[in-house]
Amino acid sequence: MDIPARQNVPASPDQAVSARKVRRTADPAFRLLVTITGVAVLVVLGAIIAVMVNGGWHAFATFGPAFLISDAWNPVTQHFGAAAPVFGTVVSSALALLLAVPLAFGTAFWLTALAPPKVASVIGMAVQLLAAVPSIIFGMWGFFVVVPIIAHYVQPFLHHTFGHVPVLSVLVAGAPFGTGLLTAGFILAVMITPSITAVMRDVFASMPAVLRESGYGLGATRWEVMRHVVLPWSREGLVGGIVLGMGRAMGETMAVTFVIGDSNHIGWSLFAPANTIASLIALEFPESPAGSLKLASLLALGAILMAISFVTLWFSRWLLARGESTGRRV
Amino acid sequence: MNTGVQATGSTQASLSGSQESGQAAVRSGAEAVGVAQVATLPMSEHDEQLARPAAMEVRGLNFYYGTSHALHDISIRFPERSVTGMIGPSGCGKSTLLRVLNRMYDLYPGQRATGEVLFDNQNILAPGVNLNVLRSRVGMVFQKPTPFPMSIYDNIAFGIRLHERVSRSEMDGRVEDSLRRVALWSEVQNRLHSSATALSGGQQQRLCIARTIAVRPEVILLDEPTSALDPVSTARIEELLDELKGEFTIAIVTHNMQQAARCADQVAFFYMGRLVEVDSTPRMFTAPREKQTQDYITGRFG
Repeated sequence: MDIPARQNVPASPDQAVSARKVRRTADPAFRLLVTITGVAVLVVLGAIIAVMVNGGWHAFATFGPAFLISDAWNPVTQHFGAAAPVFGTVVSSALALLLAVPLAFGTAFWLTALAPPKVASVIGMAVQLLAAVPSIIFGMWGFFVVVPIIAHYVQPFLHHTFGHVPVLSVLVAGAPFGTGLLTAGFILAVMITPSITAVMRDVFASMPAVLRESGYGLGATRWEVMRHVVLPWSREGLVGGIVLGMGRAMGETMAVTFVIGDSNHIGWSLFAPANTIASLIALEFPESPAGSLKLASLLALGAILMAISFVTLWFSRWLLARGESTGRRV
Repeated sequence: MNTGVQATGSTQASLSGSQESGQAAVRSGAEAVGVAQVATLPMSEHDEQLARPAAMEVRGLNFYYGTSHALHDISIRFPERSVTGMIGPSGCGKSTLLRVLNRMYDLYPGQRATGEVLFDNQNILAPGVNLNVLRSRVGMVFQKPTPFPMSIYDNIAFGIRLHERVSRSEMDGRVEDSLRRVALWSEVQNRLHSSATALSGGQQQRLCIARTIAVRPEVILLDEPTSALDPVSTARIEELLDELKGEFTIAIVTHNMQQAARCADQVAFFYMGRLVEVDSTPRMFTAPREKQTQDYITGRFG
């Protein structure tokens, strides 16, 4: 093995130096190139933030802090507020996570620990394909398949069952449109489950098999190993995956717009039509003339959505970094 | 889903409900491997130990990784409260045999074993064996220390909680006792509730042994337990084995011939999936019957 390596060493020191000189003339050009691309990222990011904040400034200045807590959206009286779409965004994303996280966790655990390798590779591929389906496909599928099912079966059944139970009746109230927070949350869950699954699968796969075996070696069942060994070991990585999924759910536009029902209303019914920031922008943007207060409000909403996304991204980075610096050594 | 408290109470629980438990072990002491064959050496303390009834006995074991035939017709007894050293070049099947003894291979599809492994009068390869109970009675320590990502205390308590319901004070006692037995107590008693991953490698491995004996197994399997440790830590583990064999039956896989000579009562030499020879340690190292064994222990190959 040594012999080919030695042949690469130049015969004399002079040759070595000249060889390096040749490489050095190319180096600054390459360095300049990658520096430009690197800095460009920063410029683009800054430009986006500037456009959002600058464009939305009119709204922030007009309504002040009330913009954040008002649920008004009235183009006639020119009253706009961010509370309803922010509420819709947060609730639909939370519902999506509630549905997606257990599903992704189970799938990832099954793929890494239980499934026969051939089956695991086929299903792993399917998970990746599912993650690659464009969101508009999910939107149409939601509109034509999920919405009718919820309108005709799910909500009537739940309304009939829980309609007279004190707290639950609030959650199932309203006319059976089929669109609304739960439908949006469900579609989002279907969309983000594959990506969360992929992250979790990587986390599980990076866990040393021998640590798992140590759990089994003490006589633990699969569930006990998962609960007490796998989960504590991979907690930070899993949370990172969940937060990345959450970021995607909050920003998702097309699929949600199809099924959310377009209503600026804050209510606790899971079946009430609502709006998310992204769906409201998509629906209202075409009817917002340049320079109008409405357009400014939409841009201000965009700035708020970006702020929420940044916070979640920062949070996930922080968790992942913490995961790398602690506890991963075995 | 199994929640682990099935067959609770004691680690002595029967492997399957129908079979009677108890220690009427296989009486085959007189057939202890090779005892009669080499009359030239005097009887040693090893021979006494090897004459004991077998805690585990492997008969005609074949093992397959998918289609690859990894173990060929292995038969070996593990006399109770003795140390069996398993040596041989990498890939010879010694670790594979170890993983059969607690059916760890069951976790992986495509791996299967045929033949018999008798433990407590029962063939543990038979279907219907409760693997969680089996593994609590046949503990395992791995090559690399594998502390769980939890506190030192919880590392020990975890295994106990799986099989028994014990009071807080009893648990404290069990944890302390286990840590004392591996001579770790004085080093960690002031930080029982800090993370086990902060311990040194040697401490971690002793913790893993403590964790294993805390569930009170009858057999302990060690898969090259010192190969990742420095000489001082290795010496401590070896001392520990000597103490533990008063109570447990121990099977240890090792690449270190001196370690086998120091620790084991009997030594088994494996080569290419076959058990070439098994004999008491002094005979194995002074008068092996097979040429392959001699070549290996004198360092001519492997």
